[in-house]
Amino acid sequence: MASEDTAHGGAPARAAFLNDPKIRGLIYQVVVFAALVAVIYWIIGNTTENLRRSNISSGFAFLNARSGFDIAQTLIPYSSNSRYIDAFVVGLLNTLLVAVSGIVLASILGFIVGIGRLSRNWLIRKICTVYVEVFRNIPPLLVIFFWYFAVLQVLPPPRDSIELPFGSYLNARGFFLPRAIWGEGSWLILLGLVLGIAMSFLAARWARTRQAATGQQFPVALTSIGLIVGLPVLAYILGGFPVTLEFPQKSTFNLTGGWTIKPEFLSLFLALSFYTASFIAEIVRAGILGVSKGQTEASYAVGLRPGPTLRLVVIPQALRIIIPPLTSQYLNLTKNSSLAVAIGYPDLVAVGQTAMNQTGQAIEVVAIWMVIYLGLSLATSVFMNWFNARMALVER
Amino acid sequence: MTFVRTEMVAAQPAPRGERGIVQWLRKNLFATPVDSVLTVIGLLFVAYTVPPLLRWAFIDAQWTGTDRTFCSTVAQGGIHPDGWSGACWAFVSAKFQQFMYGRYTFTQRWRVDYTAIMFVLLLVPLLIPRAPYKMLNAFLFFIVFPIVAYFLLVGGYFGLTYVPTQLWGGLLVTMVLSFVGIAVSLPLGILLALGRRSSLPVVKMLCVTFIEIVRGVPLVTVLFMASVMLPLFLPTGMTFDRLLRALVGVAMFASAYMAEVIRGGLQAIPKGQYEGADSLGLSYWQKMILIVLPQALKLVIPGIVNTFIGLFKDTSLVYIIGMFDLLGIVRQNFSDAAWASPQTPMSGLLFAGFVFWIFCFGMSRYSIFMERRLDTSHR
Repeated sequence: MASEDTAHGGAPARAAFLNDPKIRGLIYQVVVFAALVAVIYWIIGNTTENLRRSNISSGFAFLNARSGFDIAQTLIPYSSNSRYIDAFVVGLLNTLLVAVSGIVLASILGFIVGIGRLSRNWLIRKICTVYVEVFRNIPPLLVIFFWYFAVLQVLPPPRDSIELPFGSYLNARGFFLPRAIWGEGSWLILLGLVLGIAMSFLAARWARTRQAATGQQFPVALTSIGLIVGLPVLAYILGGFPVTLEFPQKSTFNLTGGWTIKPEFLSLFLALSFYTASFIAEIVRAGILGVSKGQTEASYAVGLRPGPTLRLVVIPQALRIIIPPLTSQYLNLTKNSSLAVAIGYPDLVAVGQTAMNQTGQAIEVVAIWMVIYLGLSLATSVFMNWFNARMALVER
Repeated sequence: MTFVRTEMVAAQPAPRGERGIVQWLRKNLFATPVDSVLTVIGLLFVAYTVPPLLRWAFIDAQWTGTDRTFCSTVAQGGIHPDGWSGACWAFVSAKFQQFMYGRYTFTQRWRVDYTAIMFVLLLVPLLIPRAPYKMLNAFLFFIVFPIVAYFLLVGGYFGLTYVPTQLWGGLLVTMVLSFVGIAVSLPLGILLALGRRSSLPVVKMLCVTFIEIVRGVPLVTVLFMASVMLPLFLPTGMTFDRLLRALVGVAMFASAYMAEVIRGGLQAIPKGQYEGADSLGLSYWQKMILIVLPQALKLVIPGIVNTFIGLFKDTSLVYIIGMFDLLGIVRQNFSDAAWASPQTPMSGLLFAGFVFWIFCFGMSRYSIFMERRLDTSHR
């Protein structure tokens, strides 16, 4: 090219107008853009025409109208006289509740099973493999149905509730637990807990500095447990035993009092955790296998025992591999919680569907869903990216 | 004076503690005290769960029967002694036809059978690497088969009676949704992935927006959108089949996921490959089709198959928008008064779960097999 250019006196050889990649790219983009605008224009035209025909006024004004339907499980005060927007907030809170509790249980189960799959113990390994292979290959909706229809709904009626320890009962209407009633002076317990956590942090920090300076170790874990458990217990005794438990009472047809976990929540929570745990287990396993064997061997060579090796050498490195796919599993769990609508757990989608059937505001409701779920996805990935950045390898 | 051995000494057997079943047990089950405790817990768990399950599923199961009395206890109005608990396979066998075809016109079900036979006959040679005529086979499977299957299943032409899709159900719907979803999402996913890496800003923005929005929301909302909003978007009077709406939703959803998987493959191809293709004077599409995509797709086969498996499992969600795939029709039959008993849900769900499991497990095993086969170890 260069020699040719000089031979022709500096001016670069020009391609034909239509063969110039830049011009071509521009033309393609203009065509795509025009097509897009045309399609959107066509859709908007059709939609307004359809809405006009079926007498639906578009817009979000309906959110302020009286909803007129009840919701079985509400975290904030809500009645059928509340507005639609309140119903959506209740639904969103229910979604968050099941997602967060599901994520916690799924992580615990997933880590246990994932580590179990790498166990030296043949039996444990096999049990964990069977668990993963079963749950990974069936639809989550089926797991939800399984818990709801096959396990929780065939439990005995309230009359013949199954009695469990600590005065709790299990029956077809849900799981009945004793409820704590916070009497006067309960703030002392909370104070004790906060103090315990704060002091554990300080102790851990002090221990780290001291170990860095002198090499002496300090039993941080034991101290922290002692502080976090001990201080609230101390406060409980000092406060004159302010907390009383209200036990569910068995009457002829139902159980009254106490704290009830509805079967819808329970089945969704269990199903999502069991299902997602099988994926998390595979991620954990891959993460641990991804840390090269030399790391373990080197750590043994410098005299670390298997426990500290796992805790100080393998897991920190494995976490770097684990976190990105783990994030997407957490997001999947949150999104799968929308399957709640199939068993009547009042999550965001279920509430939205009721609102949609009542008002016919399909576009607005779908838009609300999309914005909220996109927001949740975004928030989770921002948090996990921050966590990932903290855990990432610091290189030069 | 000197002694030179001419024959090898036979190797001595390992010490007794190091061979045989005892050694295996010691190494695999009782290596340390903690291991022994775990083994005992594991054994207790197995002993506590497996025998009752086997008993429930086989020994105490009710295999034949005509209605719910065969699957309930005396107290529930049935024939079994109180306290009996066993699988109700009679329910599954009585409803088997429904689970497979839904409410597909009874006299026309041979059409579904023929489609299924055709599907298997074309798919199996496609999956066996050594089978000849791959191009012809793929052409028949991906182009000819869908057309034939459409006319055969829907009917209305060539003297076949018309079977509206409202009557379809069961495994038939699951298979149709998965097949179409897979067949549409792969090419569409490739286009979206290429678009996302394109240098044309408008195309890129369009693809990124589509992918990120669809991936950020649950499939349920996409299905609702397809079933509720699509009719609004189209001119008045233009109706859209419900199955088709579900297909649009599923295909859109799967394409976005597929695009991200394929993008991973495209990014893993070294820049030299792109530059090499450019320096040979290949056009964009020649470069992609001949050089980049074959390598990129091979790299991400596990991801692609995982997306297929996810799609197959996700087809069960169409139940939420009022269609009855395999899971949906099993669920619908729980409320059949003739069969409602405490054992019915568990039996029906186990059957559906087993069918889903066979398909998904088969796909994942096949992907592992292909991965090994295609591994040229160039990485």
